Amino acid sequence: MKLNFDALIIGAGPAGLGAALSLKENGIDDILIVDREDSPGGILLQCIHNGFGLHRFKEELTGPEYAERDINLVRERNIDILLNTCALDIISEENHKTVVLLSEDKGLLRAKAKVVILAMGCRERNRGNIAIPGARPAGILTAGFAQKMMNMLGHPPGNEIVILGSGDIGLIMARRLSWEGARVKAVIEAQAYPGGLNRNIVQCLHDFDIPLYLSHTISNILGAKRIESVEVAPLDHGVPAKPEGRFSLACDTLLLSVGLIPENELSLKAGVILDPATRGAVVDANLMTSVEGIFACGNVLQVHDLADNVSEEAACCGKSAARYLVGERVKKREIPLKTGNLVRYVLPACAEVGKEVIVSFRPISPAQNVTLVIKTDTEELLRKKERKIFPSIMHRINLKQIPENAAYLEVSFVSEEK
Amino acid sequence: MKKELICINCPMGCSLEVTYDAEKIIEVKGNDCARGKDYAAKEIFHPERIVTTTVCVKGAPIVVLPVKTEKSVPKGLAFKIVQAASKITVNAPVKAGDVIIRNVLGTGVNLIASRTVERD
Repeated sequence: MKLNFDALIIGAGPAGLGAALSLKENGIDDILIVDREDSPGGILLQCIHNGFGLHRFKEELTGPEYAERDINLVRERNIDILLNTCALDIISEENHKTVVLLSEDKGLLRAKAKVVILAMGCRERNRGNIAIPGARPAGILTAGFAQKMMNMLGHPPGNEIVILGSGDIGLIMARRLSWEGARVKAVIEAQAYPGGLNRNIVQCLHDFDIPLYLSHTISNILGAKRIESVEVAPLDHGVPAKPEGRFSLACDTLLLSVGLIPENELSLKAGVILDPATRGAVVDANLMTSVEGIFACGNVLQVHDLADNVSEEAACCGKSAARYLVGERVKKREIPLKTGNLVRYVLPACAEVGKEVIVSFRPISPAQNVTLVIKTDTEELLRKKERKIFPSIMHRINLKQIPENAAYLEVSFVSEEK
Repeated sequence: MKKELICINCPMGCSLEVTYDAEKIIEVKGNDCARGKDYAAKEIFHPERIVTTTVCVKGAPIVVLPVKTEKSVPKGLAFKIVQAASKITVNAPVKAGDVIIRNVLGTGVNLIASRTVERD
């Protein structure tokens, strides 16, 4: 097997596939995609619900359909995918990277590539990450794992369900389980606002009269072999109520939908610096990480709400990796991107003056009637009214040209004064 | 009559304020695009949803095949459609878009495969 590539992409989900297609479109043919699963498509394959592709294809697709469009394009363009293969390490050498791969068919491989694109996606936070007290019976699983059990393996996780966290996956699973005849008793959310998209609150909770307890948490888990009940506590400024204010919900299954973390163990091994806010790599405007020649896109870089946005980011990443490969490496002066009022993070970390940059960011908390302001030290580049903003909705803005004299760029949401 | 709805057409989830009488929508406020108006009319008088579930598949590397209604169907039928699908087993190969149940429950809408699977 050939072990020398221009570009090696780790992960065959929407990010990896999108980056490969974009590299090809921009003149790079020598590409290998590796994925640890036995088919390409990534997590999209277990997301059998509709709602994908509205932006990119102007039609509503399910996850598997969305994935299939990219998989078909990758196959038509003869881009190689090596499945059942796990990337173990990335080592920077003088003019290339060595990626250590463990393949079910081909054993231990050392592949060389001029460019590596990280597209490993993210994983779910679990009970350990949020430290729920109580017993440790069976029946406690992450929402995404329950989704895989049901939608890929055909095993419903239980009959009487409580969901902790109102992230989109948990909401989608509330509907899926209800349709399958399970009883979803409640969704418990520690924040004062839902974690998932509004549309999912409507079509996954309201449609089934599933109560959503905002500013509540699970203060205890009871059960011997299998979970039998959870104790739910209202939160007052983050502090659980006294025992008399708590109530109990009987259940045989607890699903956790409490957030996603970019899966960056491999990136850290490669020496990539991570941003504590996104937990993904710190990248420049070309989506190149702190390690020369290593790029990142998709959920491994920042957790997205929409696969459509992942594909768009992957396309940008593939394009800049292609430019890097043909030797366009001269950079103009770089300026930092800063978070202003109400902004949790901004990505990328820096931009080049005189050039285009796509800026992604999320608000810290929900707000109404604010103005989005993007400015440099000397001028405003964008001012836009936003009726409502939510942490669950990522903003992506394309700034065509950063002024040559800018010292920095700041993104903020300013309250309107009346 | 007035009702507050959240539009589910796209991830924006606009909050709609709908004024209507027994037969028609009188006014929709709060929608950012035209789809919000259509959604309000449908949601008040004939709520519909796309239903997605799985059916069993034999002879393939996977054991369940994702399926969906080709168009939205009356919301109240979702549970019955999922039940009907749970009784079906199909044989690989299947192509995305293949009809799994024609005219499911007399809705005039087909239940179709949403993933392609080859034979094992």
